[in-house]
Amino acid sequence: MIQLRNLRAGYPGRPVLEGIDLDFRPGEVLALLGPNGCGKSTLLRTANGLLPKTGGVVLVDGAPLEGLSAKEIARKTAYLPQARAVPNITAGRMVLHGRFPYLSYPRRYRPEDYQMVQKALNWVGAGELAGRPLRELSGGQRQKVYLAMALAQDTETVLMDEPTTYLDVGCQLEVMALSRRLAEEGRAVVMVLHDLCLAMRWAHRVALLSGGRLRQVGAPEEVWSGGALEQVMGAALGRVDTPEGWRYFI
Amino acid sequence: MKSLRTSSVGNRGRYGLIALLAVLVLAASVASLAFGAVPIPPGEVIAALLGRGRGAAASIVLYARLPRLCGCLLAGAALACSGTIIQGVLNNPLAAPNVIGVNSGAGLATALCCALAPQAPQLTSAAAFLGALAGVLLVLFISERAGAARTTLVLAGVAISSVFSAGIDGVLTFFPDALSGYTDFRVGGVKNLSMARLAPAFWVILIALALALSLSHELDLLLLGQETAQSLGLPAGRLRLILLALAAALAGAAVSFVGLLGFVGLLAPHIMRRMVGEDSFPLLLSSALGGALLLTACDLASRIIFAPFELPLGVVLSLTGGPFFLWLLLRQRRGGGL
Repeated sequence: MIQLRNLRAGYPGRPVLEGIDLDFRPGEVLALLGPNGCGKSTLLRTANGLLPKTGGVVLVDGAPLEGLSAKEIARKTAYLPQARAVPNITAGRMVLHGRFPYLSYPRRYRPEDYQMVQKALNWVGAGELAGRPLRELSGGQRQKVYLAMALAQDTETVLMDEPTTYLDVGCQLEVMALSRRLAEEGRAVVMVLHDLCLAMRWAHRVALLSGGRLRQVGAPEEVWSGGALEQVMGAALGRVDTPEGWRYFI
Repeated sequence: MKSLRTSSVGNRGRYGLIALLAVLVLAASVASLAFGAVPIPPGEVIAALLGRGRGAAASIVLYARLPRLCGCLLAGAALACSGTIIQGVLNNPLAAPNVIGVNSGAGLATALCCALAPQAPQLTSAAAFLGALAGVLLVLFISERAGAARTTLVLAGVAISSVFSAGIDGVLTFFPDALSGYTDFRVGGVKNLSMARLAPAFWVILIALALALSLSHELDLLLLGQETAQSLGLPAGRLRLILLALAAALAGAAVSFVGLLGFVGLLAPHIMRRMVGEDSFPLLLSSALGGALLLTACDLASRIIFAPFELPLGVVLSLTGGPFFLWLLLRQRRGGGL
């Protein structure tokens, strides 16, 4: 489990995050919400060691992140960045890259790597895409392939930066359902989202960031009731009770 | 699972294509040794290569055509692989060795060598190689200090090239006698090569090629973007510098004896990428063979089109490669593919 304690992070001359205390719990989808520039992506990148922190502690299974090698971190945490390259390779090849943290020199894939990749592709419902060039896939299909790559990485934590951006509603729902399934398998799923309704419906917990500080963390209903969401996001969020639980709308 | 293995390597025929390229390189090599101002029968070529040849034919094969052929094979493979690496690392299809300062660094060092040591033309190769490395190191150093973004690196390369070009013009203004030697270098060619002159470059290219191939998996990961590569456990920044240094060594070693034939570094990777896809190992292999084939064929054409007169290799390369490249682009636009 990743734990952030009094975390400070940012860029030279531009502090972004201040005093963040947050746990990425296994079996849970955590949505990071907040206006643009509040530090959501910075938080994910710092938690993954891609961006050095300027203060505080990032603990991975109780040990400081700095004590782990890049490959050790990659075996603990998968990360899907906001901007993803689309190289001219097949979907299967892309997912195979998720096994890189487990390869030693001369980087030959083992039978278990292929098994893991096939399992990951099937799990996200993209088994038939393995041989298709990534560039020929739709946005939703590509997102499934990226998710399969994260799954093939076989990590306890999956961090996703805006995984539903540019997707149609159907694909967004599919990505969120897959994220829930990842959590049900015992992984900690942390995602930056801009769609409040989607976040409130699918996340187990939401963390609300504002001005680089954590305003509130809790179950969606709890955060909604507190009123901070409306204050920070500048939008009134309504909800209706349905047989499937609360549904939120703007 | 078998389907994943085969599909994961993309085009199934890519290794068949690489084998075909190898055969074509072999055929072009034989033709390069046999044809020229004086045609030599294949039997005499083989006899000369086996040390059983006699007379003028054996001398032509061993001391004129064989070094040229080796020069073409080495330079073509090195420049094409250098271009492949640079395009991959910078994720820029327009990138070539000249973008990271190879040509300008080698050019300035050669101009200085021609101006300050006109009696020692044998120093030109070493000067070109060291100049290329110095140019690239300067570009990498500046881009590293400025944040090491890919765009910064390209811009630093453009700026350094501009400064070095001004330096070349300055040297040629003060030492006009250096113009002749520098022009030969700028146009590029494989005339007057000897095996002894090729030997140091051969080892540099061989070692750099082997290292580049051994890092092909890492190069594949860099194509996913720096953040994704890092999140998969790759020290992306360090790897990028190492790969660019290898690309610089390859291109620097090549320009040290063929001059500025940089177009190979742009052309060959583009053609091969369309044929074998972006997986770096087959791409590097096919680029090496494609670059070697391209230079060997152009050198052969330069010797036989107006035989016994010879066209500069750089001119033939640009006149044939340029239109061919444009044809490929137009074909791609029409959806023809390859």
